Amino acid sequence: MFDYEAMRLIWWALLGILLIGIAVMDGFDLGVAILLPYVARSDVERRIAINTVGPVWEGNQVWLILGGGAIFAAWPILYATAFSGFYLAMFLVLAALILRPVAFKFRSKLENARWRAIWDAALFVSGLVPALIFGVAFGNVILGVPFRFDDSLRMTYEGNLLGLLNPFALLSGLVSVGMLTLHGANYLSLKASGPVTQRAAQIARLAAPITIGLFVIAGIWVALGVEGYALTQQPAYDGPSNPLAKLVTRQAGAWLTNYRSFPWTMAAPVAAIVMLAVSPLLLRARHAGLAFIASGVAIAGIIATAGLSIFPFMLPSSLDPRASLTVWDASSSLLTLRIMLFVTVVFLPIIILYTAWVYRVLREPITQAFVEGNAKSLY
Amino acid sequence: MTSIDVVSLSRMQFGLTALYHFLFVPLTLGLSILLGVMESVYVMTGRAIWKEMTKFWGLLFGINFAMGVATGITMEFQFGMNWAYYSHYVGDIFGAPLAIEGLMAFFLEATFIGLFFFGWDKLSRLQHLCVTWLVALGSNLSALWILIANGWMQYPVGAKFNPDTMRMEVTNFMEVLFNPVAQAKFVHTVSAGYVTGSMFVLAVSAYYLLRGRHLELAKRSMTVAASFGLAAALSVVVLGDESGYTAGENQKMKIAAIEAMWNTEPAPASFTLFGLPDLENRRTDYEVKIPWMLGLIATRSIDKTVPGINELVGRAEQRIRSGLVAYDALEKLRAQPSNAAERTRLDSTAADLGYALLLKKIRPDIANATPDEISRAAWSTVPQVSPLFWSFRIMVGLGFYFIALFALAFVLASKRWLDRYRSFLWLALFSLPLPWIAAELGWVVAEVGRQPWVIEGVLPTFLAVSSLSAANIWTTLIGFVVFYSTLAVVDLYLMVKTVKAGPSTGEPFERPGARLLVADAAE
Repeated sequence: MFDYEAMRLIWWALLGILLIGIAVMDGFDLGVAILLPYVARSDVERRIAINTVGPVWEGNQVWLILGGGAIFAAWPILYATAFSGFYLAMFLVLAALILRPVAFKFRSKLENARWRAIWDAALFVSGLVPALIFGVAFGNVILGVPFRFDDSLRMTYEGNLLGLLNPFALLSGLVSVGMLTLHGANYLSLKASGPVTQRAAQIARLAAPITIGLFVIAGIWVALGVEGYALTQQPAYDGPSNPLAKLVTRQAGAWLTNYRSFPWTMAAPVAAIVMLAVSPLLLRARHAGLAFIASGVAIAGIIATAGLSIFPFMLPSSLDPRASLTVWDASSSLLTLRIMLFVTVVFLPIIILYTAWVYRVLREPITQAFVEGNAKSLY
Repeated sequence: MTSIDVVSLSRMQFGLTALYHFLFVPLTLGLSILLGVMESVYVMTGRAIWKEMTKFWGLLFGINFAMGVATGITMEFQFGMNWAYYSHYVGDIFGAPLAIEGLMAFFLEATFIGLFFFGWDKLSRLQHLCVTWLVALGSNLSALWILIANGWMQYPVGAKFNPDTMRMEVTNFMEVLFNPVAQAKFVHTVSAGYVTGSMFVLAVSAYYLLRGRHLELAKRSMTVAASFGLAAALSVVVLGDESGYTAGENQKMKIAAIEAMWNTEPAPASFTLFGLPDLENRRTDYEVKIPWMLGLIATRSIDKTVPGINELVGRAEQRIRSGLVAYDALEKLRAQPSNAAERTRLDSTAADLGYALLLKKIRPDIANATPDEISRAAWSTVPQVSPLFWSFRIMVGLGFYFIALFALAFVLASKRWLDRYRSFLWLALFSLPLPWIAAELGWVVAEVGRQPWVIEGVLPTFLAVSSLSAANIWTTLIGFVVFYSTLAVVDLYLMVKTVKAGPSTGEPFERPGARLLVADAAE
């Protein structure tokens, strides 16, 4: 079996895969919700858009729930620090995530225009808020977050909600909204029909270059304007998970070290930009499926770019850099990591198989005739 | 140190959101199985009415399911948001079942629920039946994993304190999995869910029979609910007994408090059917006792004693003193991590470390605690007696009532007399809220009875919170109350509308002027 150091690396990679899973799978639901007011004008168009994700959003959302559970199990102190530190932001995400299922379920139950307009607005908010906040949270992680530990590892956080909304973090938030909007637009091009598809394709052509622009600006900002973190002393890579045992300094440009030391890591940002650029071209060539895959790869590239930049850090502390959480000192015990790896290796392929089967069964696009013919049973 | 205000607010928020979430969970558990049963009959007999039943109850299932999923996310996020020290301290053990729940259960139910609703025309009969059963399996598996997590909070086996990481770490995962408390809780909780699902079907069907509508569907639904409900009600009571038995082994204090039993009873202990617990004088007045009963429930024997509160407090005091030794060793170990002697001393007493932490509520420098303070800390291990005493008795009373009601329904169904006695139908209709009351009270018994611990014997609740300001928690608490109340109103409104509209027989939809898509055929 793998030793503790390898296990931590594996779980770092798995965390990345889970975050990508959330962004790619739940991401297009959020994107469709954000796009709802722009791509669909009449009630039947709205229902076409909503029903493209109607049968699958519940399964997609489990990626997020699994993400929470897996961070809890594999990186408990990271889970504890991030979720309590970003307390009010997490509450906003929660409110949006509670609103969304309810809006899906309740919207079309009554044939009342105002009732439906209210739930449409709720859907838009429930897509935009998590997309924005997840990006803002990533931005703050890159900047460092104001927390410290006492010697019993009780965490104190010295920031507030407004502090999270700084310019760089908002830029990250926009990158997130941009990429999920593009992804949602590609999905609509694939699964919707009629004018909804055309409007979605127009938006995709806009969203792709904007996201490239925002992503590049964020990259330059990190290179020139963000002080990164560097490990100056790490007792052992397989030692007990205690974040107070190491030494850390802050250095300008430290977040680029990994790209210099391991040039292959440049594949992540390059893939992100190339795929963002290629996606609308594929859509224009009527390969909506490939365009959707391209935006999925682009999302993976963007998330990997952030993760690789800050490696081995996972949550740097701006207040007490020594308390920063890294791959080497924030994990569960070796036994827990092994058990969880075993369970993941067994179940994740099964999940992917049956999810693929469900998508195959539901492969047909949603048409106006289909919505009108099933007016009572659809969302 | 954390202020007491933050602790109370965090508890209030967790309690409210958990009780709210638990309004939807039992119905999901029970109704999912009932849908599987109904659709199985449809696939086996090919009779369309059973498909119609599956679709109709599925509609109500869907509304409830969406609320359950939505409010469940709050639960998972809240451990980290409001209970950060808890998440750090026991995440190594507690996080695993939560993550496995996602992998094994949530994906299953959530991926297939879409096909349940939208796959009727896209799947063969058998395929759709499999989808329905997979949703039911997923729901029930999720109950298993969350109760393994909860069982560990009640009876933390297979784990050990690690001074280098300042947290509990898993030593034997099999013990966590096969925790007897978790197993007992699982069967008890899913049985309660089946009772809830059956009562829901029984009551709504009774409503239709009373109104003379959808008779065929209502009678068949009632027959299914009566048989399934009777089995479930028997199991919830008998296996609730099982829960009491393990509480006797591991959580003696909880059972002593449930019983308001201040002094140890000679074996075999008697069960207090009724009494008025007097907390100040630590005695129970006007007791009506059933001889032998408690001994049988709690120890499964007639020769073992069941310890009373006074005796258990004495034991807690011993463990606090032992825990202070562990605490002292831990302090010295932190100053000098290589000290092997202190490490051994900590190892031998670490099981009692949590008891010493109880003193933190009284003074921060617990090493200097006076005998009086140790005694006060020992008395703090007694949970609130009155709410436990009464919640338990009402819950058990309701359990026996369910057996009687479902048995009656079963007899009437087998004689085909379901629509014969209107008084029975009214009784069934008015019994609708009772399983929810019993389930929520069961939650109160289990979790209030766990106090003052968040992890029994390991971590006191007041130490488990996040370092948040009270203002922050007030904000979210008020947010949850307002938001959840609004949703409850909307949810109930839609449930009632859907029930009143009834199942769709043929095409009665396109009635002019109908505000609801599925028109109310009766009005």
